[in-house]
Amino acid sequence: MKVSFYRYMLAGFAAASLTAAGAALAQVDVAKSSVTATSKQMNVPVEGKFGKFSAEVSFDPARPAAGSAQINIDVASYDLGDESYNEQVRGKEWFDAKTYPGATFVSSAIAPAGGGKFNVTGKLSIKGKSQTVVVPVTVAQQGALQTFDGALPIKRSQFDIGTGEWKDTSVVADEVLIKFHLVVAHK
Amino acid sequence: MPLNPSFGTRESYTRTAIAFHWLIALLIVCGFALGWVMTDIPGFTPAKLRYFSWHKWIGVTVFALAIVRILWRATHAAPPLPRRMPAWQRGGAHLVHLLLYALMIAIPASGYLYSSAANVPVVYLGLIPLPRLIEPDPHLKDLLKNLHIALNYTLLVLVALHVAAALKHQWLDRDGLLSRMLPFLK
Repeated sequence: MKVSFYRYMLAGFAAASLTAAGAALAQVDVAKSSVTATSKQMNVPVEGKFGKFSAEVSFDPARPAAGSAQINIDVASYDLGDESYNEQVRGKEWFDAKTYPGATFVSSAIAPAGGGKFNVTGKLSIKGKSQTVVVPVTVAQQGALQTFDGALPIKRSQFDIGTGEWKDTSVVADEVLIKFHLVVAHK
Repeated sequence: MPLNPSFGTRESYTRTAIAFHWLIALLIVCGFALGWVMTDIPGFTPAKLRYFSWHKWIGVTVFALAIVRILWRATHAAPPLPRRMPAWQRGGAHLVHLLLYALMIAIPASGYLYSSAANVPVVYLGLIPLPRLIEPDPHLKDLLKNLHIALNYTLLVLVALHVAAALKHQWLDRDGLLSRMLPFLK
């Protein structure tokens, strides 16, 4: 009896501290959010969706500098709509998902850019390579819902995405556009 | 109705009709061969992605040419068939021609829609983005893929019949029918 009482105490304490953390750093509603990467093959935009990712955002438009964002993407969940293609993209030449399962973005500074837009500086890491990037993000608030939309062009060569014969950018262009739509529900 | 002393068979197609025929024939052979080769490549390779694009550009070109050709054909009669041709062969020839025209439209159209359903838009010659006619849909994608393949095998059979008939006229009937489309044979 005593043991289980302590367990409840512990569980209660843990829940309380999680709630406290949650108030500062809100979990993104993954079901309503999306992260995509669009490559250009022979100038044809081909969009793939990341099916699995998690993100935590803490943002108050009145105090943007105090905000922060962190996104973790499961690169193996990249879906081009064809399983044989997906399998290849998980391979060594592209994401090498076995060795580098996660791509991350961690913000380091947020600056207002006017008109509901903010420039979010942070570190983007894919396939073990990191780059400091500035992402223009549009923030909108509807009641308890906060949405963050943005697009970031990156160069796949800087992250060793597409090695070997794929280094030739005449078929798959170097520039890849990452687009995201993040929805945070504040309770 | 004046009788044609030359049996009608010596009358050639016009230069426009001949140009349409051979240009589209050449494009269809190239498009078909590319389609065959590219779908045999497992996964994806740079060559495969190139072939897919070329295949689609050829398809769009055939579609556009076929529309102009059909309009042209609808307003310009073809030279008459050899008089001694039995009725069933005339009927067969007309039917095969009609189906070939239909496939020149239906095959590129099914491929185009298949590409749209697969969420891969077509950018003609890598320069002109063409409109997406249907939204991405995995179920429709499979359906259109199978339709595109089935129509192509139908085309293969019809083209084989078409070529066999032309060769029969040339070598067995010796009625000069082929020279209407290949004037240098005269």
